Amino acid sequence: MNLYEYMGKEIFRKYGIPVPDGYVIENVGELKKFEYPVAIKSQILSGKRGKAGGIKFAKNAEDLKTYSEQLLNSTINNLTVKKLLIERMLNIKKELYLSITLDRATKQPVIILSADGGMEIESVPEENIHKIYIDPMVGYSDYIAREALSYLPVENRKQFSSLLESLYRAFVGEDALLTEINPLVIDGENNIIAGDSKVIIDDNALYRHKDYMITDPDKTELENEAASKSFTFIEMDGDIGVIANGAGLTMATMDALTLHKLKPRNFLDLGGTDNIEIVEDAFSFVMRARPKLIFVNIFGGVTKADTVANGIVSSKKKFDIKQQIVVRLSGVHEEEGQKILLESGIKAFNNMTDAVKELSKIQGVE
Amino acid sequence: MVIISKETRVIVQGMTGHQGTFHSGEMIKFGTNVVAGVSPGKAGTKVNGVDVYNNVIDTLPLKPDASMISVPAPFVRDAALEAMENGIKLIYILTEHVPVHDTMELYHEARRKGVFMIGPNSPGITVPGQAKIGIMPNNIFRVGDVAVASRSGTLTYEIVKAVTDAGFGESTVIGLGGDPIVGTTFSDIIRIFNDDPQTKQIVLVGEIGGNEEEKAAKYIKEHVKKPVTGYITGISAPPGKKMGHAGAIIEKGTGTAESKIKAFEDAGIKVASYPDDIPALLRK
Repeated sequence: MNLYEYMGKEIFRKYGIPVPDGYVIENVGELKKFEYPVAIKSQILSGKRGKAGGIKFAKNAEDLKTYSEQLLNSTINNLTVKKLLIERMLNIKKELYLSITLDRATKQPVIILSADGGMEIESVPEENIHKIYIDPMVGYSDYIAREALSYLPVENRKQFSSLLESLYRAFVGEDALLTEINPLVIDGENNIIAGDSKVIIDDNALYRHKDYMITDPDKTELENEAASKSFTFIEMDGDIGVIANGAGLTMATMDALTLHKLKPRNFLDLGGTDNIEIVEDAFSFVMRARPKLIFVNIFGGVTKADTVANGIVSSKKKFDIKQQIVVRLSGVHEEEGQKILLESGIKAFNNMTDAVKELSKIQGVE
Repeated sequence: MVIISKETRVIVQGMTGHQGTFHSGEMIKFGTNVVAGVSPGKAGTKVNGVDVYNNVIDTLPLKPDASMISVPAPFVRDAALEAMENGIKLIYILTEHVPVHDTMELYHEARRKGVFMIGPNSPGITVPGQAKIGIMPNNIFRVGDVAVASRSGTLTYEIVKAVTDAGFGESTVIGLGGDPIVGTTFSDIIRIFNDDPQTKQIVLVGEIGGNEEEKAAKYIKEHVKKPVTGYITGISAPPGKKMGHAGAIIEKGTGTAESKIKAFEDAGIKVASYPDDIPALLRK
């Protein structure tokens, strides 16, 4: 789960990391009397907000109102601005980069630092980026801050050390996959302040952090609704609705379609189930994505082929499905399943290659 | 045959649960030596004829070698630490949706204690003719010389069945798990398969996310003489989306299927375009 800047900054505040004074609005009626100048920051999950015109500065109440009206409900980088963060403007002397992320290769947290802040870390030359790995079973210790300070032009060493330790505590305490401060601002009085925040929380740990259990802004409406029913459903821009079981087999199904120049409309992993209603729920999401054609690819195990077959037949009736359904059924109870489908006039294939060939024929892309 | 055998003495943490009950029963039918179950508060009951205890420490007189962990995600860290603290050297975690910070700690603790950890979010390990710890279907295997390692569940069964139907058999089949951090990776398992005298051929089923396939390919290029067949899923996956598995995600341009397929090809691994192609590649 990607968090908005203002949510990340709330976490920072909770762990004692200095952030600029500010507040969030959803309409201009919520604007308050505040010390000027202020920054007006669109709350969208996208990089390069500034370049796209999503951040403006106001010297007085009049400008603040005008710019806020302009930004609210505008579209920036294809995203609608629903909230603005109004913040005291910082007197920036230096901009640094600081983040903690989970390094998949070494399977441990890594602190990433650079004296080149304020730009995307990907565009900073490799030799200006420094990394410090932490053993998660040992945790944080002060030498880490001393090493970090050897890479950064920071005068206020005490404040930086405490900030780094707080950021590590936030990373662990909030089950973060990323806590990034870019820029980490040093102001005219040598105070260190988080100018921005980018925080990603592990979806699997959300049960420990119920505050963030919001609708995932990275997902479409249909994807969020499917997630609430425990389906992994991903919308794509093709026209073949896909239902398969197991994440690997579902991916393999979409790959096979793509290799045959066929375009999946969605990814839907039925998971392990022996329940006709769950098959019907899966169809309800696929049908709402309005596919031209539907492909069901099942290798039976815990999910039995005959249960899926019954689910297909009942879904066809329930949702009045006019689209052609191509089915591949194999594994546990495949014969029973194929017989059930045949009785309803649906031909089921035994292997994936034959089924995909049939789809190609129907779509005329042989 | 690697890692487990008929002699391996297995306990099941969470055996009284729905999954634990069903799969421990299937494991016993397969020939696995399940010596005890552990479920706090359920001591004195029996599941599939096997005694259940409150704590792992209570099972130590039965000399367990391995533990299958089938408890809900919030309790996995605790259950795995309990098993490791009590000296169990093989831990398999079935559970999906374990917080990655928990897995990260278990990974490092397992390495420190010399524990072989499989999973989380894994279908387990099967050695046909010997034993199975996990949830793979019992009827898709035949004793043979093809070793299979995969990051998936259902797709693995599909491939194993195709391999068996084509007249081959398997020495060991292991599901590494679909999470971003898992106890055993491709580069760990490839060394074990390479050293196993029963294994004559190796199949690796990878997917987008991380760089473990690339690391294994590098090792294969330098050290492995046995023929290796590979298959990678996710060529059609959009970047930044988790494709069902928490670990199957292209992040900032890394972990793409293209990168993995290229690494496999560079290492001389025969790469299948479709899962159905794998048996034919084994014959080459």
